[in-house]
Amino acid sequence: MTLELYRIDDRLIHGQVVVGWGQPLDIAFIVLVDDIVATSDWEQELYRMGVPPEMDLYFHTATDAITQIPRYRADPRRGLLLTGDIDTMRKLVDGGVGITAVNVGGIHFRAGRTQRLRYVFLTPDEEIALRELDARGAGVTAQDVPGARPIALADILAGDELS
Amino acid sequence: MSSDADSATPTAPRAIVAGHGDFAAGLVSAVEQITGRGSQLIPVSVAKLSVEDIEALLRSRMHQANVRVIFTDLQAGSCTMASRRILRGMDDAVLIAGTNLPTLLDFVFADARTPPEAARHAAERGRSAITVHGAGA
Repeated sequence: MTLELYRIDDRLIHGQVVVGWGQPLDIAFIVLVDDIVATSDWEQELYRMGVPPEMDLYFHTATDAITQIPRYRADPRRGLLLTGDIDTMRKLVDGGVGITAVNVGGIHFRAGRTQRLRYVFLTPDEEIALRELDARGAGVTAQDVPGARPIALADILAGDELS
Repeated sequence: MSSDADSATPTAPRAIVAGHGDFAAGLVSAVEQITGRGSQLIPVSVAKLSVEDIEALLRSRMHQANVRVIFTDLQAGSCTMASRRILRGMDDAVLIAGTNLPTLLDFVFADARTPPEAARHAAERGRSAITVHGAGA
């Protein structure tokens, strides 16, 4: 099959990903791309315990993922690729692996970020980074769960969905 | 004026309940309605929070109330992940993931046990409380 979804979600493995997207898309494996998690056995074990036994979970650094994505796309099962931040997803897009759509699933509050959606808070630099992703052909939409309407980048940044 | 029954009912917090949406508030409300012992449980809502903030919030609530038990809803949930980070290095704390109402009902009545012991007992009760009726059962 293919990688069905390329998602930015700072909670990484959690209910929306494993259950919310995993079940309707029949996701058999998740590729978690994070430089810290990829080098920590403890972190990997933490996330492994969060997925059901029938779902495989693979860990890569951003650099490593660029070389591995073609192999995952050739996998006969359906997969989902997950990054915890915009910068990691941008590295993958810059790596020329042909990502044409990016799902913003959750970027939560922290100092310096402005709320744009119920589940999306962005710094000015992060807004620029999303615009750059979009301009490079990796169409950016926000959608926390499959039943929600995808929200285009312009509408995310306008913040209109909050009103 | 308080009766013996009232004075025997523990009201101090003994555990945190955390999960998606209004899961915690809903379950604690149900425990209070059924038993009058909802004050043993501290509901924590984590909507809009980052993983780091969820961990900080749960850690803060635990320390404020001096409790060592956390009940969460989903094994893959953010609250469970954050709780597992908190429990790292805490030998006297317990996390129960997959909590249901029978679990919490058992916990609030098990006041003769230490909270961690009560939580483990309650988890078994909650596990066995799921039954199937009707077609195909």
